[in-house]
Amino acid sequence: MGNKNSSVRSLRLIQRLCLAPYSVWAALFIIVPLIFVAYYAFTDNQFHFTLENVKRFFTATSSVSDASGTREVRTYLLIFMRSLKLALISTLICLITGYPAAYIISKSSARTQKIMITLIMIPMWMNFLIRTYAWMTILQDTGILNGFISLLGLRPVHIIGTEAAVVIGMVYDYFPYMILPIYSVMAKMDSKLLEAARDLGCNSFGVLHRVIWPLSLPGVFSGITMVLVPSISTFYISQKLGNGKFYLIGDAIEGQYVANNLHFAAAIAFILMVILLACMAVMQRAANRRAAV
Amino acid sequence: MKPISKIYTALILLFLFAPIIILLVFSFNSAKSLSVFSDFSLFWYRELFRDSETLNAVRNTLLLAVSASVISTVMGTAAAVGINKLRQRYLRTVMDTVTNIPMINPDIITGISLMLMFVYVGRLFGAATSLSFWTMLIAHVTFCLPYVILQVLPKLQQMDRALPEAAMDLGCTPLRAFLKVEIPEILPGVITGLIMAFTLSLDDFVISYFTAGNGFQTLPIRIYNMTKKTVTPKMYALATIIFFVILTLLLISNLMDSDSAETVKKAKQKRKKAKEVPST
Repeated sequence: MGNKNSSVRSLRLIQRLCLAPYSVWAALFIIVPLIFVAYYAFTDNQFHFTLENVKRFFTATSSVSDASGTREVRTYLLIFMRSLKLALISTLICLITGYPAAYIISKSSARTQKIMITLIMIPMWMNFLIRTYAWMTILQDTGILNGFISLLGLRPVHIIGTEAAVVIGMVYDYFPYMILPIYSVMAKMDSKLLEAARDLGCNSFGVLHRVIWPLSLPGVFSGITMVLVPSISTFYISQKLGNGKFYLIGDAIEGQYVANNLHFAAAIAFILMVILLACMAVMQRAANRRAAV
Repeated sequence: MKPISKIYTALILLFLFAPIIILLVFSFNSAKSLSVFSDFSLFWYRELFRDSETLNAVRNTLLLAVSASVISTVMGTAAAVGINKLRQRYLRTVMDTVTNIPMINPDIITGISLMLMFVYVGRLFGAATSLSFWTMLIAHVTFCLPYVILQVLPKLQQMDRALPEAAMDLGCTPLRAFLKVEIPEILPGVITGLIMAFTLSLDDFVISYFTAGNGFQTLPIRIYNMTKKTVTPKMYALATIIFFVILTLLLISNLMDSDSAETVKKAKQKRKKAKEVPST
């Protein structure tokens, strides 16, 4: 017995030791870098404490001129609100179009399900730079879309360089991230529940509203996070499809990095991170409250 | 499927694949135009294979992906074994939270945060540029690790805890019990984790962009540099090749999946028959 106990104990020791390299790695390369973001955000070039970078984010102004004349705007607040707006629109489009698609797939035969999921994953495996770039050639003024439109005898449309083009790019790049989590929740849903709801007098809308939708919420929440987070922080899509006109928060960080303003880049990243964490905490609470009800 | 569902899924697939098909078609265009298809030619493919910088980037990407996925799989599997055995609840919560950070943080923040640290530490040692292959490798291992852990941990939780202890009762040393009993149990999760880490590393642009040195270019960074200036169908040729490589890999993995599913089914049927025989 003593022998067994000691070998169990040494097994435990081996298992403890297994965790050591990862613990060190995670501390050094996950935790410490985040501390460095905060450190850079609140220091100047000589690494003296300053609030200047954060203040600059909230107060820096620039003038824009449009049809109604020239105005002074808060540069970075405007950029942030624009990123938030475009990311929310893209997420909403992904949700509205992806939800029925996920439902249809989850209701089809096992074979069709497998083929459809593989097909949806193929574009996801292509690099997002290539996917975005493909849309650039489609949406250009002399691109394929306009070639097609003029074949039909219609007036060509100008999309490239507009907010619509950026939204198309975001939706295309992140659409699979919405479908897949919703589908995986729906595929696991017990079909007996749906039958029971029908037996108890629910019509199709009632089943959707009272059974399918509440049960699919975990998938919906993770789909929303998986589309919102990358689209709010993207920096390539807007440069290619927005012609650099629609500067987003990711472009701002990248621009400051390229210009070697590391402290201000860190400040923008820090603010973005805090806002995203707050959003996710709120969503998590909403999801938990739903689950509790 | 109802007709309306069929039309809807067809539209979704059209939206997903139209851009890729356009890339495919125009990679065979003899002219440089991206809206008018003039003639079929392999000109851009020849150009691509003459582009030593791109070929070099492919080599770099593979080297990085292989090293990052192997390191993160070994370390991640070990970590999962350790996390699974953690008794203290708060330690478990801490590990779970830390593991989640690289997955929920936007790539740009992970990239920036690592870059800031590398630059700072580099400056401490008086190096002019601290970004290199090694910083990229560290970054890739870091963002691959959570995915490996997340694949292996559920397999460990499904495993019967009495199995390794039974092996030791039967005379195995703890190490042997670990190697002979636990490892085979979790192997499917380890392999999925390895493949995931490999593809994530292969595909990553944003984190690489911030942690790459000037000398070391991966394929996504090369694509970024190619698309920065002029439009060239050489890019399309590259995209087409990547598309077919992915397609082949997916088909193979699907075939292997259904193969193994078939063998499991057959084995089950055999077992069923074997059980039925004595009773009749």
